[in-house]
Amino acid sequence: MENPKVYKNAKAALFDLYSGATLMSGGFGLCGIAENLIDAITEIDVKNLTVISNNIGNSGRGLVKVLVQNKIKKAYCSYVGGNPDLETRLLSKEIEVELVPQGTFSERIRAAGMGIRAFYTPTGYGTLIAEGKDVKNFDRPCILETALHADFAIIKAEIGDKYGNLWFKETARNFSPLMAMAAKTTIVEVEKLVEVGEIAPENIHLPGIFVQRIFQGTNYKNDIEFLKLEGDN
Amino acid sequence: MTWSIEQMADEIIQFFTPYSSVNLGIGMPMIIAERINENLNIMIHSENGVLGVKGRPTKDKVSPTLINAGKETINVKKGASFFDSSLSFGMIRGGHIDYCVLGGMEVDTKRNLANWMVPGKKITGMGGAMDLVNGSKMVIIMMNHFSKDQSPKLLTECVLPLTGKDVVDLVVTEYGIFKPTGQKFKIIKLANNVELKDLKIDNLVEV
Repeated sequence: MENPKVYKNAKAALFDLYSGATLMSGGFGLCGIAENLIDAITEIDVKNLTVISNNIGNSGRGLVKVLVQNKIKKAYCSYVGGNPDLETRLLSKEIEVELVPQGTFSERIRAAGMGIRAFYTPTGYGTLIAEGKDVKNFDRPCILETALHADFAIIKAEIGDKYGNLWFKETARNFSPLMAMAAKTTIVEVEKLVEVGEIAPENIHLPGIFVQRIFQGTNYKNDIEFLKLEGDN
Repeated sequence: MTWSIEQMADEIIQFFTPYSSVNLGIGMPMIIAERINENLNIMIHSENGVLGVKGRPTKDKVSPTLINAGKETINVKKGASFFDSSLSFGMIRGGHIDYCVLGGMEVDTKRNLANWMVPGKKITGMGGAMDLVNGSKMVIIMMNHFSKDQSPKLLTECVLPLTGKDVVDLVVTEYGIFKPTGQKFKIIKLANNVELKDLKIDNLVEV
């Protein structure tokens, strides 16, 4: 039987993406984003997506390409600085944005993958974020935050094998393994697709049980947002 | 004479004990990474998933996947580690980060901080700031003393939406170092030749 996880390319792996779906997208700014999958979504006729991503792209790149096509109805993110396309749409209320503190954001995603329904955290207590949320005093006041699930996650890893075991490079890991655990269907593109067994078990950052689809990516740009060299301010 | 941004950074570094961990916010605090003496053996944490940042890379060491939370290219030192965002914020929320240095729009005497939005005008988002102010052992705010319209950013009560309530330990501006006590700002140190009247918050300070 053919390996059901391995796909030919981004478009093939996104065959069942639908309007109204909730989509998680890995990456911090442009670091570690699923470039092939994002480009493919710009060519698929979908709308009303709910997108869960730390930055929703930056500086006109990454998920901003999908944002400017007005395919996103609602976004969950922690930071919009450096993303004028999103900040403008947020201020003019063209799209609904839920800003989530980054640690709460990552933990809500992790919780979904781990089967935790909700948790109490001190983060956000006494701020706008706490409005309407249950408050409980432990050693200090905490607010109740709920798990964040998705229909799809689009992830990029440096190396992946055909079972979906993944290895991430440097700081490109960020939210990706958490999102892979939280989504019903996790689609991964890799710089290097290898045979099962080629990544040593102790070097696997995310076990393939969390990955439903994987393919060899192409034409990576790996953009640097702010190039700073020794001696720069 | 008020302090330069480099002098502000050096004043803050003096609070760090050797072998401690430090998180530096986006913007002004990032200069601190460039000025920490290696002999202090401090581990700089960046919430996008790295412990052990060592300033900026030389041209041959630049990597698009090696960045800090400001999305700037970085270098790492021996002993550095990479991890996912959940573990990174576990370090923060779990109380494992000794110091965080963040920028600020407003700080008040009640130890409140505002630094993530101006309603109707500007929204940067809180990023990791709300987690950092609630999780770090010591919270230091590094900011200009005055806003663009020349009003002091040290207040009786923040006007802008809060990032954290009762969380700020120290404020460092180009005029000096101040500790919010609940009622006042206690002056820890002033820059050379800065006088109380220069601060424009006479009624809020406690010498």
